[in-house]
Amino acid sequence: MGTGLTDIHRQDAPVTTSKDSGRAAVAAEEMSAPKGDSLIGKTVTINRPRRELYDYWRTLEQLPQFMENVERVEPMGGNRYRWTVKAPAGRTVEWVAAVTEDRPGEVIGWTSEEGADVANSGRVEFRDAPGGRGTWVTATLLYDSPAGIVGKVIAKLFQREPAIQVRRDLRRFKQLMETGEVATGAWTRAQRAEEMN
Amino acid sequence: MRALTWHGKHDVRVDTVPDPEIVNPRDAIIRITSTAICGSDLHLYDGYIPSMKAGDILGHEFMGEVVETGSGSTLRKGQRVVVPFTISCGSCFHCSKHQYSACDNGVPADNQDIAQAAYGQPMAGLFGYSHMTGGYAGGQAEYVRVPFSDVGPIVIPDGVEDDKVLFLSDILPTGWQAAEYAQIEPGDTVAVWGCGPVGLFAVQSAFLMGAERVIAIDHFPHRLELAKRFGAETINFEEAKTYEALLEMTGGIGPDACIDAVGLEAHGFFADNIWDQIKVSTFTGTDRTHSIRQAILACRKGGRVSMPAVYGGFVDKFPLGAFMEKGLTLKTGQTHVQHYLPGLLNAIMEGKIDTTFLISHRMPLEQAAEGYRMFHDKQDEVTKVVLKPGMDLSQVA
Ligand SMILES: NC(=O)c1ccc[n+]([C@@H]2O[C@H](COP(=O)([O-])OP(=O)(O)OC[C@H]3O[C@@H](n4cnc5c(N)ncnc54)[C@H](O)[C@@H]3O)[C@@H](O)[C@H]2O)c1
Ligand SMILES: [Zn+2]
Ligand SMILES: [Zn+2]
Repeated sequence: MGTGLTDIHRQDAPVTTSKDSGRAAVAAEEMSAPKGDSLIGKTVTINRPRRELYDYWRTLEQLPQFMENVERVEPMGGNRYRWTVKAPAGRTVEWVAAVTEDRPGEVIGWTSEEGADVANSGRVEFRDAPGGRGTWVTATLLYDSPAGIVGKVIAKLFQREPAIQVRRDLRRFKQLMETGEVATGAWTRAQRAEEMN
Repeated sequence: MRALTWHGKHDVRVDTVPDPEIVNPRDAIIRITSTAICGSDLHLYDGYIPSMKAGDILGHEFMGEVVETGSGSTLRKGQRVVVPFTISCGSCFHCSKHQYSACDNGVPADNQDIAQAAYGQPMAGLFGYSHMTGGYAGGQAEYVRVPFSDVGPIVIPDGVEDDKVLFLSDILPTGWQAAEYAQIEPGDTVAVWGCGPVGLFAVQSAFLMGAERVIAIDHFPHRLELAKRFGAETINFEEAKTYEALLEMTGGIGPDACIDAVGLEAHGFFADNIWDQIKVSTFTGTDRTHSIRQAILACRKGGRVSMPAVYGGFVDKFPLGAFMEKGLTLKTGQTHVQHYLPGLLNAIMEGKIDTTFLISHRMPLEQAAEGYRMFHDKQDEVTKVVLKPGMDLSQVA
């Protein structure tokens, strides 16, 4: 652990915004089964009740509705799910991840199983926003840094920096939950289909 | 369908493009009957707005007939509607506070990155106004896809002609919001920079809100004449020194409220303006700002500055010291159109507000490129161009 970690704990700014190089390790302490050495986290306010948002997300098969790079999430029984994610040149990559943390209306955590090509773990928390303004949804993702081989695979795979991907996915989740649809500038269905590819 | 498309600076063309379709449940498709060219469109025409792509369909001031509805739309086929230029969801925190132009959900997630980086937070979507505002196809076309059609469009009663209500889409509520933001008190003198459509509606609105005097500033005699018809006093900035004239006309005090309805294309040969032009042409700055500087300097101490005018980026030589020392209040923003629609439609129906005086030219959509050229080159007599997709050439006045 690097120096200054105690300071991360002593102030109120979230660890994901820390300038300390040891921030991923600190965040990992909070997770049930952390994997990866790079950390990203984003919070979005959604004008809907906590439980409704949790329920939508917990039905993991629905994630492709707002995670545009995820093609399918299939339940394999128990707490295991097979993720199929879009890769360049029309290909896909798969891995199996287990739900390792699940408190209804509060938090869902997951982590990839041993041997996955793309090791990653994450958690999404649902908290009441202050002042009765809906729910704060915080997604935290740990993944191997782009320096590692796996990290490079991820970056290619996601076709974007994971931080950008998480930010955009959370915006789409908000749109879907608040408005019932995902905003698009496409004005024909063919254009929309092209955007989704 | 036919539509006016953007291809670069001073290059717009009427092209054949795919017809719009219902893409999302809350969409409606409108067959356009009237669609105007706006001062804001000139910023696109002059190449000041970033994130435009060749082939983008322009136009954000339009109305027409509902021809198709998605499962979540509350409109019915055959209804006539005016559509706000802002695309707002109606259900986020900002929409619930009627801050429609600050809607969280109007812009597709990927496009939100641009405004997030430039402004700190993403803004509402706009029709036909670059990819930063959503990349939505605009309404200078035969048909348009209208997202969130259950929230935005206002239904127009039968028998009310287009020309009376078309400007509910943007410039009438914009002029009204500008006057409201000036927080006019009895006895107030209000100065308005720019006698384009926004400035002229701000003049009209300021009187309706109880201003004692309104002083309108421009250099086009015909536009100043229109302001005079509403009872405004006028300053032609080419013939008089604006700051000196304003102080003399207010007994040395300055106007109680100042409205900047000019924006990033301020005209005139002022030293600071020429400096701004050099910087715009060398990409070291994006905005020219003479009118807002003048408004801040002329405004009386403790007064209000309202800025409907559009500025896109960073501004140099903004007189922050004067602003602070004098204790001014500045209110600005894209218009929360949806908030004002019911009240302003009523005012039109009751004859309290007339908007038809503004229209100087009506032409078919096919002549849209010519309309842009005229509006750009002959601003004095061309106060507003309305394109009518259904009109044939023999009807041109
Ligand atoms: N806030 C909003 O939501 C909103 C909506 C619509 C338009 N706008 C903006 O409002 C502004 C005005 O729109 P418009 O359609 O009336 O435009 P316009 O171009 O028709 O009118 C601008 C007028 O300002 C005059 N002018 C130029 N330089 C001046 C100066 N230094 N002093 C005084 N007058 C000067 C011009 O001669 C012209 O008559 C534009 O910036 C437009 O983008 C904002
Ligand atoms: Zn406009
Ligand atoms: Zn909204």
